[in-house]
Amino acid sequence: MNPNLGVTGWLRWFWRQLTSMRTALLLLLLLAIAAVPGSLVPQRSSDPNGVSQYFADHKDTAPILDSFQMFDVYSSAWFSAIYILLFISLIGCVLPRTKHHFEALQAQPPTTPANLSRLPAFAEFTVTGTSAEAVLEAGRSALKADRYRVARYDRGDTISVSAERGYMRETGNLVFHFALVGVLIAVGFGGGFGFAGQRAFYEGQAFTNSLIAFDSFNPGRFFNSSTLTPYTITLDKFTATYEEKNTNAIGQPTDFTAEVTTQVKGEDPQKNTIKVNEPLRIAGTDVYLLGHGYAPTITVRDPEGNVVFTDSVNFLPQDKNLTSLGVVKVPDGLAEQLGLIGFFYPTVSEGHSGAYFSMYPDLIDPRLTLDVYTGDLGLDEGIPRSVYALDTADMTKLAGRKAPQKSLEFSVGETVELPNGLGTVTFDGVKRFVSLDIHRDPTQGWVLFFSLAALAGLLISLFIPRRRMWVSVTENSDGSVTAQCAGLARGDDPTLLGAVDALKDKMERTVGLSRD
Amino acid sequence: MTDALSQYSVLALYSAMALYAIAFVLFTLDLARGASDDGAPVGESKDVTLAAPKRKLARIAMALTVLGWVLQLAATVMRGLAASRVPWANMYEFAMTGTLIIIGVFLIVNLKWDMKFLGSFVTGLVLLLLGLAATRYYVEIVPLPPALQSYWLVIHVFVATLATGFFALGFALSLMQLLQSRREAAAAAGAKTKLAFLTRLPDAAQLENYAYRLIIIGFVLWTFTLIAGAIWAEKAWGRYWGWDTKEVWTFIIWTIYAGYIHARSTRGWRGTRSAWLAMIGFAAVIFNFTVVNIFFKGLHAYSGL
Ligand code: HEM
Repeated sequence: MNPNLGVTGWLRWFWRQLTSMRTALLLLLLLAIAAVPGSLVPQRSSDPNGVSQYFADHKDTAPILDSFQMFDVYSSAWFSAIYILLFISLIGCVLPRTKHHFEALQAQPPTTPANLSRLPAFAEFTVTGTSAEAVLEAGRSALKADRYRVARYDRGDTISVSAERGYMRETGNLVFHFALVGVLIAVGFGGGFGFAGQRAFYEGQAFTNSLIAFDSFNPGRFFNSSTLTPYTITLDKFTATYEEKNTNAIGQPTDFTAEVTTQVKGEDPQKNTIKVNEPLRIAGTDVYLLGHGYAPTITVRDPEGNVVFTDSVNFLPQDKNLTSLGVVKVPDGLAEQLGLIGFFYPTVSEGHSGAYFSMYPDLIDPRLTLDVYTGDLGLDEGIPRSVYALDTADMTKLAGRKAPQKSLEFSVGETVELPNGLGTVTFDGVKRFVSLDIHRDPTQGWVLFFSLAALAGLLISLFIPRRRMWVSVTENSDGSVTAQCAGLARGDDPTLLGAVDALKDKMERTVGLSRD
Repeated sequence: MTDALSQYSVLALYSAMALYAIAFVLFTLDLARGASDDGAPVGESKDVTLAAPKRKLARIAMALTVLGWVLQLAATVMRGLAASRVPWANMYEFAMTGTLIIIGVFLIVNLKWDMKFLGSFVTGLVLLLLGLAATRYYVEIVPLPPALQSYWLVIHVFVATLATGFFALGFALSLMQLLQSRREAAAAAGAKTKLAFLTRLPDAAQLENYAYRLIIIGFVLWTFTLIAGAIWAEKAWGRYWGWDTKEVWTFIIWTIYAGYIHARSTRGWRGTRSAWLAMIGFAAVIFNFTVVNIFFKGLHAYSGL
């Protein structure tokens, strides 16, 4: 290379390298390799708990891995660099090809080579009693009928046609590559304008599609909360069905159905159902059934019998038989702030050690146990607290393991005294709750569109053969006529030989030669 | 009734395996015979042409494979009937249906091109997978969990398995291609090799063409699998793509094969290097089916283990 290329020279050189087929190939392979670590190490985007666990288990290596963005592989600088380079290469490669292809689409097929017999597919025949023009016309019409583009070239005594077909192959290839760019752009924007939010609520409760109603909310970069269409979803009933007959699968869920009433503002309420594979599409958002659990209804009274707390509380499932963990916080109304934390067992059973567990996910013999804490719930400092966690740092344990008294224990309908004469707790009944995932992704339709366009382009470009064919005809000195047919494939073409033979056969038949 | 059906299914599967095992031995003997028969020069013909009598072993092996396939089809159908759903919802069933399709693709391709020389590989691979599945991953029939109750299970998994069938043959052909080009190089240098059994096979260039044609079919099917999987994920989990481990590996496989297709038209990459890519691609497919299903955690935890 010339060291005196200058800046533009270097840029041009770099651009040529970047858009070369070899670079594209290396970048593709690099992308495949770069995707691997994200499947070996938990990712923040898909498995945040796994990441915390990893940090706990590998105190030394986790921070090092983190500094290489190993827990955010697919949004990392190095992964992004590879695919951005790849797509620049792709565009740089495809644009000139598009121009070239447009020119080819307008051009005539190229002149007939002088020596057809040297081409990879070749056939000839000789016929008497007909003119060269008639034989050539037989070839020309046969090619036309097979949708070849045909041009006539004569050289001396030899008259010929040159034909080409399969322009769609390159068109498909270009569509495929452009569609990939489309997918990338649509995916890139999709996250920006949309949002994803989660909300858990129990039977009888209603959810209103507004920012404050979500338990958690992840807006895209360009998301504007005024685009949230107002509607409500009321959970009428949640049904979980479990296998009861098949002895290999007792207790395995076979169906989850949430029956809901939805109402878009200004419209009539509607009955709907949401299932695991059947999301609800409402007002531009998609609502998914993400999880479910039990919400025991709990009432706390002061010593005089006045109700200071009554609500159904979502207990989060801990295992597949739905042993569930939940928290009740009673900041006001009692002598001290009260915190209850405990387990709910839909079908209780006692292990050897005396510990309870749930042996079946459905409600057959429900039992509730609660540990009791008093002290400071930490609600007054204005720090947001999860409703599912109890910060016991400033609290005293009154009932439970290692406490003065055993955990409170309830069957449905039972009332139990709180320690220290604080009051009573009643387990009134059990409702079910669902957690819904509410999404809006305005570009996902585009992603699908471009993906299908890519698939269509791929099919066309891989399976439509592109080839050139020639027929040249010469009149011999004895008055007979010799016709030569030849073909040349561009790209992979398993049917070329057959096509040349078929052309020859067709011409022979047209000029009245029988096949022997 | 259900129990009886699933027991018949197991019985039929074991019988099919026995037939495949015999076929494997015969296919291998047929291959080995090539070593003592250095007559036909390589590349002389575009097709695998051999005097019919010499290939009696291969023909018997082929017949046994067809018979085994019919039995395995029966086994798979019975399993599906017993479960009242498609028979591909856990590792055991993936293996059963997947190998059924691999053999099926092999038989269909043989209608077009004579590929009996791949018989050893195909029956060997299928025996290995079925053996593993039957001994290590057998599970009784259980109903589908709600997440799998979707017609996308039927489409997505079936097409993925079909793609795997084509990739498997592509792998075998690429392996043969590598060995063949080594033998050709040795022959050109006048050296002796242990690869004489390849003499009767198509030449390396022809093997590469076969491999390419099968792999592009697999690639189109895999592209469809990727799209169908995203559509299903959107319905079931509320997002079409989330870099879940299984999604990652589906993407990796797709990218490797895209690389393979590019390699064919990149100077210096045609031939041996692209053959390696085809083989790495299939290794990733197998990895995705075994290690990822069993040991990696993710949303696709459906191995039934
Ligand atoms: C995201 C990156 C890319 C992917 C996934 C990709 C994928 C593919 C696939 C699947 C094919 C075969 C199907 C067809 O012919 O349409 C193909 C062909 C082709 N690609 Fe790409 N490509 C990428 C980037 C590029 C780049 C950067 C270039 C240019 C340097 C390029 C040039 C070509 C060419 C010339 C062909 C035709 C090959 C042939 O005739 O066999 N591609 N690509």
